[in-house]
Amino acid sequence: MGESETQREWTKGAGSQIDWRGRAFEGICLGSTLFGILMVLVLLVYVTLDAFAITQPGTAPWLDWGFLTSAHSRFPEEAGIYPALIGSIMMVIVIALSAFPVGVGAAIYLEEYAPDNRLIDLIEINIGNLAGVPSVVYGLLGLALFIRTLRMPSGSVIVGGFTVGLLILPIVIISAQEAVAGVPDSQRRASYAMGATRWQTVRNVVLPASLPGIMTGTILALGRAIGETAPLLMIGAAATIFSAPSGPFDRFSAMPRQIFAWAGQPSDEFQYGVLAAGVVTLLAVMLSMNAAAILIRNRYQRQ
Amino acid sequence: MADDPIDGRTGAVSRRNVLAAGGAALAITIAGCMSDENPNEGSGNGGGGSGSGDIVITGSSTVYPVTVAMAEEYEQENDVSISVDSTGSGGGFENHFIPGNSDINGASRPISEEEQQAAEENDVNPIEFQIASDALTFAVNPEADWVDCLTFEEVAQIWGPEGAENWSDVRSNWPDEPFELYGPASTSGTFDWVTENVIGEAGAHRSDYEGTEDDNIIIQGIEGSQYAMGYFGYSYYLENEDAVKALAIDNGDGCIAPSLENASDGSYPMARPLFVYAAEESLQNEAVADFMRYYIENSSSELVSEIGYVPANEDLVEENLTKLEEATGGGSSEENASGENTSEGNASGGD
Repeated sequence: MGESETQREWTKGAGSQIDWRGRAFEGICLGSTLFGILMVLVLLVYVTLDAFAITQPGTAPWLDWGFLTSAHSRFPEEAGIYPALIGSIMMVIVIALSAFPVGVGAAIYLEEYAPDNRLIDLIEINIGNLAGVPSVVYGLLGLALFIRTLRMPSGSVIVGGFTVGLLILPIVIISAQEAVAGVPDSQRRASYAMGATRWQTVRNVVLPASLPGIMTGTILALGRAIGETAPLLMIGAAATIFSAPSGPFDRFSAMPRQIFAWAGQPSDEFQYGVLAAGVVTLLAVMLSMNAAAILIRNRYQRQ
Repeated sequence: MADDPIDGRTGAVSRRNVLAAGGAALAITIAGCMSDENPNEGSGNGGGGSGSGDIVITGSSTVYPVTVAMAEEYEQENDVSISVDSTGSGGGFENHFIPGNSDINGASRPISEEEQQAAEENDVNPIEFQIASDALTFAVNPEADWVDCLTFEEVAQIWGPEGAENWSDVRSNWPDEPFELYGPASTSGTFDWVTENVIGEAGAHRSDYEGTEDDNIIIQGIEGSQYAMGYFGYSYYLENEDAVKALAIDNGDGCIAPSLENASDGSYPMARPLFVYAAEESLQNEAVADFMRYYIENSSSELVSEIGYVPANEDLVEENLTKLEEATGGGSSEENASGENTSEGNASGGD
């Protein structure tokens, strides 16, 4: 620490030219950082203005309680997102319950049990590759596997959840692997030293210590899952449905699918007002999921 | 040293309980819905006999707004769950209707022979109902003051496979500037209709145009350039009358502008029929048959004209109702088992 301070002193004293370059570089890096935040702010301001019709004083806000509790209508003032909102939430539950155990199981195997050989290396590389496969390809996989081969009902919550679950599975595995790898070896050794078996060590030491990290990674992945549109188009999720699904085998529509359908409507009220209200709802759900992830992380890291 | 694992463990137990409870809840939900599932699946394949249930509708994005409006009105009076997906006419036939996963498919063109055959091989028997007409609209930028009317031949010359490069290639007094063309993608029924009825050969369309599934993109493209042209359904023109200029079409009887009146009296040459196809097997399900009856009866109402299409006339409604009764095999008499009051009311109103 002392060394870096002397270095800074030296830089300051070494003439204005070097200082100027350093400042410029720092400025560019700061600009890059702010760029991301700026874009999110522009998006949020833009859709929020549209959703609450702030720039059009005569118009009632598009996003109100009625929007959240009613179904699509051909009259923009009456259109709502309720069935798609419930559809999205049910789909996320299916995703969480299907991707979480498989992902965590894979991560624990790879970190705690797997031998150090080429096959395991190959598997790990492929999990990384899978994380980069375009989502529309997962949609085709879901169509071929769940609907055509396993004859599950097309456009149902369970098919949507399984398909998008496959999509986020690599992300869940990788983040869970990092969380498991982050458990200090000394804790494992302490457990073994007390006579615990490997199973007891995983159950009592590794899993509890890594669970906050696993949960955070999974919830962030679910945040991505709730916004996926392309796989839902492929598996035949409905553009518009008037009643919320009552079980996982019912047909459903999800928020991004409904928003996409509104974007194709001819009238401006749908393309700007209703669409923006849908986007704000989707963002609100997604951001609250991310907030939950941060809360979980902070709560358990304090220990 | 012993504290840490113990602390971690108690924490883990409570979290595990939450997970276990969640899992159990889902298992119960799934189990509960398993028994519901069979009739739902049956409706796609025409098996189910229950009055209420799911109705699955796919198909043309042009017919979609009509179907959604019908479904919206129908759901207010009836206890069914209708899902409407916009997949394109061909996409809906191939991926959903022919495999037996949807009950009704909208189409902005008649079903093709291949599709008919494929459906029959899958034991799906499509029954055609024409429910409205559309005035297909060709439009240019409002600043394109040199053009107000095109002949049928000129349209074919511009959009055909060896399409004209410059405006001046079509008429010499038009500007010597290249066309910027926007139109529907080749999966669209609108595209199929234009190639078969205007250009004269199925699938023959120039390929150097901007093809899109989203008609709003066509409008935006036309708005963006003085030398642009595009085509789409009349409802999109109605919403964008200030942004683009619709062209009149001359098929030998002078220039006729696109409008609902001109399309319904048959004078506008680009009027095209819009269809829905119902699987005969699905119509044995009283819920599907009743919705279809409602759809046909209301296809002559302003519900259709408000969207920007020409409603069906009374003769067509009568013809469709007869077709429907034949397909259901007088099924309306069997509805006493589970049909709602409203469905009986609708049935008698139609007679």
